[in-house]
Amino acid sequence: MTSRESILAAVKANQPETVKLPDIDVFETKEKGSLEKFASVLQGVGGKVAYVSGYPEIARTILAQYGSDVRIVSPVKELKDLSDENLEDIASIHDLRNVEVAVLNAHFGVAENGAVWITENEMQHRVLPFVTQHLAVVINAAAIVPTMHHAYDLIGKSTYGFGTFIAGPSKTADIEQSLVIGAHGPRSMTVFIIGNDNQSGQGQV
Amino acid sequence: MMEHSTKDHAELALDFNKDEDRVDWHDETLWFIRQKRDKAAHQLPEWEALREAASQIKNNVLANLHDYLLQFERNAVANGIEVHWAADAAEHNQIVRRLLNEANVIRMVKSKSMLTEECGLNEYLANHGIEVIDSDLGERIVQLAEEPPSHIVLPCIHKKKEEIGEIFHQHLGIEAGISDPQFLTETARQHLREIFLTRRAALTGVNFAVAETGEFVVCTNEGNADMGAHLADIHIASMGIEKLIPEKKHLGVFLRLLTRSATGQPITTYSSHFKTPREGTKIHVILVDNGRTVQLGRKDFRNSLKCIRCAACMNTCPVYRRSGGHSYHTAVAGPIGSILAPNLDMEKYADLPFASTLCGSCSNVCPVKIDIHEQLYKWRQVLVKNGYTPKAKKAGMQVMTWTLSSPSLYHTAGKVGRWVIKYAPFAVNNKLNPWYKQRDMPASPEWSFSEWYKQNRQP
Amino acid sequence: MKVGLFIPCYVDQFYPGAAIATLRLLEKLGVEVAYPPKQTCCGQPMANSGFEHLTGDCNELFVKNFAEFDYIVAPSGSCVLHIRDHLHDDKHPEAAKSISHKIYELTSFLTDVLKVKSLPAKFPHRVGLHQSCHGQRGLHISSMTELVTPEFSKPGSLLKMVADIDLVDLTRKDECCGFGGTFCVTEEAVSVKMGKDRVADHLKHDVSYITGVDMSCLMHMEGILKRQGSKVKVIHIAEILNAG
Repeated sequence: MTSRESILAAVKANQPETVKLPDIDVFETKEKGSLEKFASVLQGVGGKVAYVSGYPEIARTILAQYGSDVRIVSPVKELKDLSDENLEDIASIHDLRNVEVAVLNAHFGVAENGAVWITENEMQHRVLPFVTQHLAVVINAAAIVPTMHHAYDLIGKSTYGFGTFIAGPSKTADIEQSLVIGAHGPRSMTVFIIGNDNQSGQGQV
Repeated sequence: MMEHSTKDHAELALDFNKDEDRVDWHDETLWFIRQKRDKAAHQLPEWEALREAASQIKNNVLANLHDYLLQFERNAVANGIEVHWAADAAEHNQIVRRLLNEANVIRMVKSKSMLTEECGLNEYLANHGIEVIDSDLGERIVQLAEEPPSHIVLPCIHKKKEEIGEIFHQHLGIEAGISDPQFLTETARQHLREIFLTRRAALTGVNFAVAETGEFVVCTNEGNADMGAHLADIHIASMGIEKLIPEKKHLGVFLRLLTRSATGQPITTYSSHFKTPREGTKIHVILVDNGRTVQLGRKDFRNSLKCIRCAACMNTCPVYRRSGGHSYHTAVAGPIGSILAPNLDMEKYADLPFASTLCGSCSNVCPVKIDIHEQLYKWRQVLVKNGYTPKAKKAGMQVMTWTLSSPSLYHTAGKVGRWVIKYAPFAVNNKLNPWYKQRDMPASPEWSFSEWYKQNRQP
Repeated sequence: MKVGLFIPCYVDQFYPGAAIATLRLLEKLGVEVAYPPKQTCCGQPMANSGFEHLTGDCNELFVKNFAEFDYIVAPSGSCVLHIRDHLHDDKHPEAAKSISHKIYELTSFLTDVLKVKSLPAKFPHRVGLHQSCHGQRGLHISSMTELVTPEFSKPGSLLKMVADIDLVDLTRKDECCGFGGTFCVTEEAVSVKMGKDRVADHLKHDVSYITGVDMSCLMHMEGILKRQGSKVKVIHIAEILNAG
């Protein structure tokens, strides 16, 4: 008997009587996702929030902050002026090792935990949002869901090879519980929010 | 890597308590995390309902594990993932070694996986000429110190920053005397970045695997699992068979609970969903039994398999906080470790279910509502019945039962020198009595209540 | 209403004052109380050490002593919890089951059965309340800091009826004192450290008395207080509720 067969046989012999799955739809409140809450929770986990009028303002803000001497990359087609580098052309993903800033689109944000959902399509290379020194993400102001339950409703049956929730910059508290930002991944994470009529044009990074 | 100590929990805890300031520091650090957990939990009015839902989902998983395993395997294979089955730790380690051999890999980077600690993977691979570098900061620190992790979420919580500075001085070449966490973390970042960029194989743990879709989720704050996996050609993901959940939407429940319970964060920085291998690379999932099917058959203990490894029970445990993770001499310490370990080896871990006051705080913080303290009690009964208890204790217990079940003995003993004084630990005034070492005895009153009652109330 | 008084063995032998206060308090509240003289112990010390299978005779004796009463009341959360969860008697299964439903820890008997709204008690001292785990987390006599539930405390609500008492809020509201039955000697180092830390929380709040529903926790903390030469005293909650 293979290990597969013996494990499956042992599981079958030992598993208890079946119990029904609970109804988890009860956790989906009718309320809309609050942009304000998303922003404050994200800031609470070390992320930054910038309200912008559109992609041109994002490009201006990033260039103003990081200058044009560092390597900035983005697969976002509206931001092709930000960088003349075509990410499809790199020979090896290891060539991404010295990326300073990466700007990616995200699908939506989650108000309760400040996370954004990004899939492989928006990354071009899976390692990009992790290997970059600074990560910038763009979402639409209307694309905020209240909780993770709503988040998985949206993700639903969508197809992706890899997808991730990112909530703030990479961090660790492994040394005496002292919070240090910038463990192995990005040292900062900025979420640019487009289309919030009340606050656009007040970009602050 | 595990210490092969012959000391039991009480003796190891005694060692730990020789430095009281350190015990205070350890206790306060973990209590701080427990408070953060409370704060996060109290922000969700539906917290208790979420715990109940998570518990029920996991009950359903245990009851249908056979079908969920097959469903996961089918979907994962359809996604292009290779699935392997390991009956025990040895087979798991052999599979990892074979996969690395086939790819001519002799250096691997690994993110946190308590399962590989349980299996002794690093030691095994080292003996076969394969180098493993742990990439979680805390794990890297204890690896350099040649110690096992003392906590499943915070592996080096027992180390002070000055000691970590010294380890980095010796191994990573920084100047002596540095203890700034920011500087130390930056040092590790630079050191490990080079590792990530040069290793062709990466091993990660698995937080959740979804039967419905064949994908699995790995959660980290540091981003080390992703750095390792996305830069390597081979990604090996090791998981216990109990890590399955039925549907993707159930991740909503577990990701809401996991990190709030663990550290008080609303979610980990990264919750990465691996579904298909990156183009030109491979993902291998190893499904490991290693005693889990036996535990599944133990009615009183099977629901310990619901554990999602958040470590809330450790942070809240007043004994863990004052005895340190190493006193449990097993990969998973604390209350949950104390109900898991005896399943693997009753004789070796017979002390652990007794390393508790049964205060019940662990069961209250558990996000999947495992009745941890009740299982500690039940393990005590099982261990004693199986003969894993000191003979002297047993003889003493029999005398005690005999006296307590005989009213005349109990009460006449009261005249001579009360029976309690004979058998109760807090009553014997001598230096050999552990009670008396650091505590005074209660004063001996002139009469017992039963004597008083006879005088004052009975006709 | 006939109430059988169950006095745990170590209370009988070492803290008769707590037992007398329990009896007098119940009598004061108009309850007919009897103390079956042949009682010994609930069997918990054996069971928690893994010897539950040896407690059969103890259980049988307990059933014999207490089957006739409408309620059984004990000044201990721990012993009551043990009886509720583990009492079984193969010869009289029904009687054992009925006992486990009608046994009460003293303070919850006062709040839930007698529904006491006021007490003629007076205790002009600064007091810290120790939440004994078995009463709190086992019998749910008060809310627990781990759970997201409304706050309540049965012993706390009774202490608030006592005139002139000054009840403090502890920094760690419901941490275990480390007694734990035989744990207190088998895990001496951790047990003592837990006890010292619990005592320190009370001392930090400048109490004169530490009270609680379980004399075992109090005995443990008393042992530490005395060794430290502290003047702070432990006192069972029945003695405060019956004072003045």
